[in-house]
Amino acid sequence: MSGHFESHFPDSGHVDYSDQSSSIDATTIAELKELAGRYPQSRSALLPMLHLVQSVDGRVSPRGIEVCADILGISTAQVSGVATFYTMYKRRPAGTHHVGVCTTALCAVMGGDILLERAKAKLGIDEGQTTPCGRVSLERLECNAACDYAPVVMVNWEFFDNMSPETTDELLDALMNDDEVASPRGATLTSWRAAERVLAGFPDGRADEGPSAGHASLLGLSIARENNWGAPDPDNLPAPAETQEAK
Amino acid sequence: MTDLLTPVMSSDWDSDASWKLSRYEEVGGYRAMRKALDMQAGDVMSLVKESGLRGRGGAGFPTGLKWSLVPQDNPNPKYLVVNADESEPGTCKDMPLLMASPHTLVEGIIISSYAIGANTAFIYIRGEVLHIVRRLQQAVEEARAAGYLGANVLGTGFDLNIIVHAGAGAYICGEETALLDSLEGRRGQPRLRPPFPAVAGLYASPTVINNVESIASVPSILDNGIAWFQSMGTEKSKGMTLYSLSGHVKRAGQFEAPLGVTLRQLLELAGGVRNGHQLKFFTPGGSSTPILTGDHLDVPLDYEGMAAAGTMLGTKALQVFDETTSVVRTTLRWVEFYKHESCGKCTPCREGTWWLVQLLMRFEAGTAEPGDVDKLLDICENIGGRSFCALADGAVAAVVSAVKYFREEFEQGYTTPAWELFPYGKSALFATEGDPR
Repeated sequence: MSGHFESHFPDSGHVDYSDQSSSIDATTIAELKELAGRYPQSRSALLPMLHLVQSVDGRVSPRGIEVCADILGISTAQVSGVATFYTMYKRRPAGTHHVGVCTTALCAVMGGDILLERAKAKLGIDEGQTTPCGRVSLERLECNAACDYAPVVMVNWEFFDNMSPETTDELLDALMNDDEVASPRGATLTSWRAAERVLAGFPDGRADEGPSAGHASLLGLSIARENNWGAPDPDNLPAPAETQEAK
Repeated sequence: MTDLLTPVMSSDWDSDASWKLSRYEEVGGYRAMRKALDMQAGDVMSLVKESGLRGRGGAGFPTGLKWSLVPQDNPNPKYLVVNADESEPGTCKDMPLLMASPHTLVEGIIISSYAIGANTAFIYIRGEVLHIVRRLQQAVEEARAAGYLGANVLGTGFDLNIIVHAGAGAYICGEETALLDSLEGRRGQPRLRPPFPAVAGLYASPTVINNVESIASVPSILDNGIAWFQSMGTEKSKGMTLYSLSGHVKRAGQFEAPLGVTLRQLLELAGGVRNGHQLKFFTPGGSSTPILTGDHLDVPLDYEGMAAAGTMLGTKALQVFDETTSVVRTTLRWVEFYKHESCGKCTPCREGTWWLVQLLMRFEAGTAEPGDVDKLLDICENIGGRSFCALADGAVAAVVSAVKYFREEFEQGYTTPAWELFPYGKSALFATEGDPR
């Protein structure tokens, strides 16, 4: 061993100060202030504010950190301390579309590992990187609360369920070609930056797109309907069931 | 006897635009809110307490009791915070609920806030679920426009504001005190208790933190009564709940059933384990609950049944793995998750999960040394119960229970890589060429 300390989180712990570019303008600052005003104590708005910074600058920019600190009356160290704690905040610009492949245990076992390797090979990039054209960035995801649709891929934090190598290829092709793509349980894809704006707390009017639920979410309900099962009628309750002890 | 499945919160998920206020009210939505606002706040609290509703987010603490711990004479504002940071591996019940029926939660929040005397409520939702954030934002706006939120709700003199707050990708923020720090705009790190959040929570004010499903259960209890709620479930685990079946099953999905249903019953409804395969192990309630095996198919999936089997009901996230699955590989993936998500505050968790990953990688690669199984357990002993929050305990639970049931498989890791014992391609849902490592 060379004896030098090597971080196992090479992408964490710092904000990229080598890139000082920023598109934050007076409108952004007004919106950041609006977010701060929504909470009983303004600092609570910091997470949403950083989402908004990302929607404008494509990453957590040095300028974004200064502006947030200024509005909230806290130090830039306090802001960057928060920005580097959470994985959704990016230190380098994400792609137009941000793709995540879940590889936590269940998705990994059911094929997520295969899908991630496939995506890397197809895009020619590694995890945490963006294609040279800037169109797609790729990330290894942790459990995204859609295990009944495993293996799961997310694009701009929209669900793509029950993915296979073929459907993953098709999805990536469409993203690289800038084709219109709709999530099976969500809206037509916009962009990662547009998604960040919604997460900051500025709705985009797309809530009514997509279905009420996917097939897996409805499985129990459809079986209940087939069998005419349901919760008891409150006006005609069944006799209490025998307990385990009574048997 | 009640039916095997009892859809209540999920009963309208299959209707068109089920997420809209108009549809929710067509099927009786916001009736319970009116009923509650006509009652004394204390009576609403008593009713939920007497119903026996217990927390649906993992720990199973009685919801009404949690509410009653809020000191009503405290001069600070009181807050309700809904934990919608659903991130426990395997857990996928709150997100479909919020996508299909966000108003069930909003109505539950109005009733619950009224009961505890809160005028501001927060929904802390994980950030990685864009469309669900949209549906929640819209539901809150619809409720505000209808006069169910804002100043003087329905002329009762009760004021309520709900803030939808998206997180930024940190599992630890599902831990209630880390969630509070995050909601205050800080790194999400757990707090030492006491003081408990009920006394000094958000902004050091009295705060109730409940899981989405717990709060979403409240409207139906108000609407149908205690006897109705108690007619479902078992002696100490009352009511209906959402079970999530995932993994190597023929049909995965959500099942709303009375507490105490068994995995055998749910598996039967799901068509069983995928064709030609058998159950090897499963989690009852997410990766933090010790795994169980085929010997536990008939244990009631309620708080007591799971405790008696040495595990926990958790989030009722039943992840099913068949005989093609390497338990070493699966355990490693879970522990890698905990290592990555450890907030770094407590040394046993921060360093211990790191060492567990190092060791488990050796087991996976077949390069562990004789005695390493005991070393694994020894490290676990030095992690469990030695940190502020339960994250480390969850990591340890995965390892200890895996060794308990599959010790020989770990010992095979002294000589043979897991991918040779259990070719990984066989566990995947699609045929693959080559080695997917």
